[in-house]
Order: sequence, then structure tokens, then C-alpha cells
Amino acid sequence: MNDLISAVFAAGFFDSDPVHTAMVIGGGAAIVSAMIGVFTIIRGQSFAGHALADVSSAGGAASFLLGVNPMFGFLGMAVLAAGAMELVGVRRARERDLVTGIVLGAGLGLTALLLYFDVTTRSTTGAAISVMFGSMFAIPAAIIPPALLVGSGVILVAAVIYRPLLLSSLNSTLAEAQGVNVRLVGLVHLLMLSLAVTLSAMTIGAILSTALLIGPAAAALRLVKRPGLAIGLAALIGLGSVWGGILLAYDSYDWTPGHGWPVSFFIVTIIFAVYLLTGLPGRRARRSAMMSRSAEAA
Amino acid sequence: MFSSFMLNSWIVASLVAIVAGVTGLFVVIRANTFAAHALPLGTFPGAAGAALIGVNELWGLIVFAALGVLGISQLSRHQRNDVATALTLITLLGLGTLFLSLSSEYSQGVYALLFGEVLGVSRSEIAPVALLSAAAIGLTILLFRPLLLSSVSEDLGAARGVSNARIELLFLAVLGLATAMALPVVGALLVFSLMLGPASAARLLTDRPLRAMLLSVGIALATVWAALALSYTTNWPVGFFVGTLAALCYGLGRGWARARTALSIHKLARAG
Repeated sequence: MNDLISAVFAAGFFDSDPVHTAMVIGGGAAIVSAMIGVFTIIRGQSFAGHALADVSSAGGAASFLLGVNPMFGFLGMAVLAAGAMELVGVRRARERDLVTGIVLGAGLGLTALLLYFDVTTRSTTGAAISVMFGSMFAIPAAIIPPALLVGSGVILVAAVIYRPLLLSSLNSTLAEAQGVNVRLVGLVHLLMLSLAVTLSAMTIGAILSTALLIGPAAAALRLVKRPGLAIGLAALIGLGSVWGGILLAYDSYDWTPGHGWPVSFFIVTIIFAVYLLTGLPGRRARRSAMMSRSAEAA
Repeated sequence: MFSSFMLNSWIVASLVAIVAGVTGLFVVIRANTFAAHALPLGTFPGAAGAALIGVNELWGLIVFAALGVLGISQLSRHQRNDVATALTLITLLGLGTLFLSLSSEYSQGVYALLFGEVLGVSRSEIAPVALLSAAAIGLTILLFRPLLLSSVSEDLGAARGVSNARIELLFLAVLGLATAMALPVVGALLVFSLMLGPASAARLLTDRPLRAMLLSVGIALATVWAALALSYTTNWPVGFFVGTLAALCYGLGRGWARARTALSIHKLARAG
């Protein structure tokens, strides 16, 4: 038994401080992102979620430049971008995607410029990689309290506005008829979304935070239809993927020559594998339904 | 700015602008914004992968663009389109992080791949880029009518015997081609910006498809030329100017459309 444990958990896994920090921050980010992700998928706003994360990288780059806590950089920029998208606000979904894209393009242009300044003025060549792809084992422990505060704040707000949020996500006309302020709920959702993706952007990087937002939620929504259940399941899948990814990345130092494989790669791979696996029951059900139908026809 | 080593950059950048202008119009009309963003971003690991096994960068880009097109079209059969796009994107990017960490010397190139670099274009790179852009434009012209039909109304397209799924796949393939050629120049993160900005402005200026396409190409060319010149003089990254100018195009287009509406209302009120 002990052999098995020491084979799965490489030596020092439980004593390493960077691992503790990564597990707490990564786990928190995964739970918050997965929960918000369920609403985001139902509302058809995956692109907005991805765009907010990408744009928040401009804030990350700026904080490198100014030497402040990267969390505030990411956070500030994401909220700003959410505001810009809401301000240009358009009702038609097509037009909404276009505005999202334009804001995203402008934000990424800004990221390009700020990262360029990072490289030229502070000679931090790693800035581009760590902002865009994250560096989980290099997260300072000081980030834990504010990150957990933001995360639990988002969950609390989601719990308070759960019913109107769900109703307006499923059917905005019906919600309006019931007296829900759909526009306000939409804005609150956008803000929660920007906070959630910020947390993931800091851990697995801006361009991969979409994995934590969409992956677990999409997998959960394939398995169960009830939103409440889906949220819980998504949080579990997200947490499992992140912790599993951290463990594999830590272990990979032993079985790769040199420097191990990146955490983000393992997390994304686990999430995608889980997503593919969740398609199996549905496929079998569809096939058996088809069989019984053809049997009836015969 | 127009010395011989910059000449190649001007040629390639102009080709990129023409392709982005043509394909961008359909991206805007069909509201394929997310796919237009995800394909280039998911394709860029291909360059890192190619460097890892030591083949030409372009092959890596083409393979990953094809993977992206297949991923989006396969996953969206059982899933919402935007979710399928997001899942494809993250999977390809996950591979990208692995490739990047394996080839440590490549991390210098990451910035150029993400945000573009036009100064390092060699003469031998022009031919494949020209070939790819000819293919992308040729395919778009071939598909022009069915693409327009199914973009405006899926039912109308279906009634005329246009298979929407097949059109979607073909259009994604065109986007993939455009992506593979434009990526090394404008950068993975800003290819789609060059597609969206000029095309959306052109669409706000005119309703006629052909005129909108010419206008879109014209604005895209102006955007790229201005970005290139500004980048050359300031030494700032091209991507920054492309992203900002594209947003500016859209803003001006909307302002113009609003002014025109206000003017016609004013005229109507006077006439009435």
C-alpha cells in the first residue's frame, strides 16, 4: 500500500509549499470557474468568457511593468473589458459576438504593447509565457487570501441571485415577464464571469483559463440536465482536473529528463479526456434508442 | 522603410490584408467571430511543434489549422457551436504549452508568433504565402454565391440545395488557410482583428456584397500598411497597431452609420 502511495505521489509532494499554494489557488479557481461556466454555457457566452480572460492578460502585463500584485492587474482589466462590452451593448447575438471580438482585438493589441515594454524596460523575457500560459508553481503564497476572498464573493453572489440568474439564462422573455431585471442580471453575470476567469488566468494562464470555465461545465451538462446538479458536478470535475494535473506535473519531474512537463498541459488534457468520456453514455443511449426504433419499425 | 529587406514584408503584409479583407466579410456576415479567433490561436502551437521535430514551420501551421477545423466541425455535431470551438481551442493550446516547454530555445519566438513580426520576412517565404492566399481567395470566390445565400438565410440556402453543414466546413477550411498564411506576420492573437475591423466597417458603409468586399479589402490594406509604417518608426509591435486600428475602423463605421440614419430621419421629417 505504501509502495503504491509513494509511486503515485512523488517524494515531497505533500511537503512542498509551491504545491500547497498551487492546490489551494488552482482548486479555488477551478470551482468558481466551473460554477460560473454552467451559466455561461447556458447563456451562450463562451466567447465572452474567453475574450475576458484574454483581455485580462493586458492587466497582467501591466502589473509586471509596474511591479504590483498581478492579481489586481488581471482583475482590473477584466472588469474594465466587461464594462466596455456592456457599454457598447447590443441585443442581437450576432452583433454581440462582433463587439466582443472588437474589444478583444483592442485588448490584445494593448497586451502586445505592454509585454513589449516588459521585455524592453525590465528585461523579463519570461513575461509573455507566464502571463499567457501561467506558471502555477511560481504563484506567491501572499495571493491566497485575496484570491479566496474574490472566489467566495463570486460564489456568494451567484447563490443570492441563483433563481433570477438561472431563469434569465434559460428564457429571458419569461424572466422579464416575471419581473426580473434581465439587463442588470446580465451585467452581474458578466462581472462574476470576469472575476472567475481572472482567478483561472492567474493560475493556468490567460489563454488557457477558458479550459476551466468551459470544459468541466460542458462535461457536466452532458451528464445531468438539472442546473443545480450540473453546477455541483462541474465544480467536482474542475477540482479533480486541477489537482490531478498538479500531481501529474509534479510526478513528471521524475519520468521526464530535465524539467518536467507543464501543469497547464496536464489540466487541459484531463479536462478534454473527461469531456470525451461524458459523451459515451449519451452515445450509447442514442444508439439503443435508434435500435429500438428500428426494431419497432421492423 | 522601403529598403530591399522591407520590400518582402510589404508584399507579404499586403497579401495578408487582401485575404483578411475577403474572408473577414463572411466572418462578419456569418457571425463566425469566435471561430475566426480560435483557429489562429489554436494553430500557433503548430509552429512550435514543427520547430520541435525540425520541419518547416508552415507545415506545422497547416496541420494544426486542419486539426482546428476538424475539431470544431466534429465537436459541434453534439454540442453548441461556441462550446465546441472553445473545447477545440483549449485542447490545441494545451498541446502548445507542452511543445513550448519541451523546446526551451523556442520561447523567444512565442512573442513573435502571438503578436506578429513583419520585419523578418525572407524572399523564400513569399511564394508559399502567395500560393496559400491564392487558394483561400479562389475558394472564397468559388463559394461566393452559396456562402452568401446560407449566410443571409439558412432556410433559403437549404431551399436552393445548399448544404449548410458542408458550407460551414468549407468556410472553416478557408479560414484555416488564411490563418496558416497570416499567422507568422500578424500574430496568432491579432489575425482575427484584421478580419473583423475592416469588414465590419465596410458592412456598415454599404449593403451591397461586392462593394462591401472591395471596401473591406481596401480598409484592410490601409490598416496593415499604416500598422507596418507605424511599427517601423516606433519599433512597437505590429499587433498593437493592428488591434487598435481595427477597433477604430469599427468605431468610425458605427459612427458613420448612425450619422447617416440621423440625417435620413432629419430629411424625412423635413419632407413630411
